[in-house]
Amino acid sequence: MKELPLNGDVKGKRKKSVSSLAKTKKRSDYFWAYVMIAPTMLGLFIFYLWPILQTFYYSFTEWGAFGQHVWIGLENYKRMLTDANLFQSIKNTAIYIIFTVPIGIFLSILVAVLLNQKIKGKTVYRTLYFLPVITMPAAIAMVWRWLYNADYGLLNYLLSLFGIKGPHWVSDPKIALYSIIVVAIWSGVGYNMVIFLSGLQGIPRVYYEAAEIDGAGPFTVFFKITLPLLSPVIFFVTIMSLIGAFQVFDLIFMMIGKGSTALEHTQSIVYLFYQHAFVLNDKGYAAAIAVVLLIVILIITAIQMALQKKWVHYD
Amino acid sequence: MEKTKRLFTGKTFLIHFILILGSVAMVVPFLWMILTSLKTYGESIHVPPVLIPKDLQWGNYKEVFDLLPFFKFMLNTFIVTVARTVGQLFLCSLAAYAFARIEFPGRNFLFLLALSVLMVPGQVFLLPQYMIMVKLGWLNTLQAVIVPGLFSAFGTFLLRQFFMGLPKELEEAARLDGCNHFQIYWRIMLPLAQPGLIALGIFTALWSWNELMWPMIVNSSPDKMTLSVGLASLQGQYLTNYPILMAGSFLAILPMLILFIILQKQFIEGIALTGGK
Repeated sequence: MKELPLNGDVKGKRKKSVSSLAKTKKRSDYFWAYVMIAPTMLGLFIFYLWPILQTFYYSFTEWGAFGQHVWIGLENYKRMLTDANLFQSIKNTAIYIIFTVPIGIFLSILVAVLLNQKIKGKTVYRTLYFLPVITMPAAIAMVWRWLYNADYGLLNYLLSLFGIKGPHWVSDPKIALYSIIVVAIWSGVGYNMVIFLSGLQGIPRVYYEAAEIDGAGPFTVFFKITLPLLSPVIFFVTIMSLIGAFQVFDLIFMMIGKGSTALEHTQSIVYLFYQHAFVLNDKGYAAAIAVVLLIVILIITAIQMALQKKWVHYD
Repeated sequence: MEKTKRLFTGKTFLIHFILILGSVAMVVPFLWMILTSLKTYGESIHVPPVLIPKDLQWGNYKEVFDLLPFFKFMLNTFIVTVARTVGQLFLCSLAAYAFARIEFPGRNFLFLLALSVLMVPGQVFLLPQYMIMVKLGWLNTLQAVIVPGLFSAFGTFLLRQFFMGLPKELEEAARLDGCNHFQIYWRIMLPLAQPGLIALGIFTALWSWNELMWPMIVNSSPDKMTLSVGLASLQGQYLTNYPILMAGSFLAILPMLILFIILQKQFIEGIALTGGK
């Protein structure tokens, strides 16, 4: 700070004597800037930005067997309006979101708050809760299928100890989606917990000390201090979880077999997209699904952004 | 006095009780995976379940390698993960440095353009990306999985935040010494951005190792499959042989598990950093 005037002084002297030098310096600045951003910008353009436009274009086309496609206008979108499968997949995805996002966030806040207390063994707990986060969804799905196995699975065995006959967790159309939801929550708690924990650690101690002096109980402290001060993090995690939940695919693909009776009642929007795009070679329709997904996610995010003023506290 | 103390231990007890309950739920699936992978087929379907296998069936692991080109899967996944992580770290940091530290015409526009990618769900890119791979003749090659993963708007954004937080003085001193921007980036800024690089590196590595849909779309030949895709195919073929399935699953997660145990602190800090903006 003290050096500031001196610095300015030096700069001032330089400006007068070497203005043409400054110009070449600027030009060299531009040169390096463009060289340095070129690979990423080019890559983003080819593989991400241009494809957005292409997907929009594809959504107005119909595809033949060899990749040729013809313009059919709004036909794909019209077809969506009468596609029972699509409506079912939207319903499935909605149920998945309604359960995984709030319960997942609730549980991860709970764990984060508990881990933020003065207790022993914090790092051990944190490690254990984090394990599913680093585990590949394909393997997670595999082991849960096994746990859920109706005849030999651990879960139904444990239930049988209480005299309960466990259901067919992943093949009963009424239950399968909820079985997947449990796994999704299980595998996501650790991730959000870490984010909440770092948010909690950012809350200044003085607030808690003041509350203690005032004799506030733990619940008052939680609802009056922790929750409001954590709200920006909750907001961020909610948006990210929602966007993630909208795109659920891996778990469903891996846990529900291709010919399963439960497929219809578990397949998500993205699962349907995958089916049409890469199994049925119905790429135009798949593109239309992707476009609708994009628009829905943008709308939901915009609503979230608008609502945040009502409940998110920024200092 | 006495009473408050007891109340306190009661509270601590309750906290541990809840946390342990959760921990059990977290760990049991992994334990069951490992235990099952060491059972005979007969033991695995025994009712009531056999908790500890009588003889540990290490042969199940060998069988995974015999039934499938599992070593190839591992190698492919390793190559893809390393290439994407190293590539992304280099390219993203390069662009991030320029966006953060150099003023140039069109900077804000180009940065916003890159950021717009972040708003779009991945499925929107997939079809055109796939068509690019078809045109290049890259289906069933590793570069099909690697190349689109080299570029990341997220990584560029994350590292830009990092570079923006670094003090200006360092750079000015270097410029007076006649360093060009690449030299400043490489010698001064990159070492200082290490926490950001580690965070992005871990995030990218995890993502590349575990990803399912894109590798499955572009590579259907077993020769070029990654572990996730291999597991998906294993499930279809050996649907009921759970000891083999569990052995394969455990092998697939083992490398990341080891990496996590070694770099635990960095993993958790990295996630906190990438998540907590």
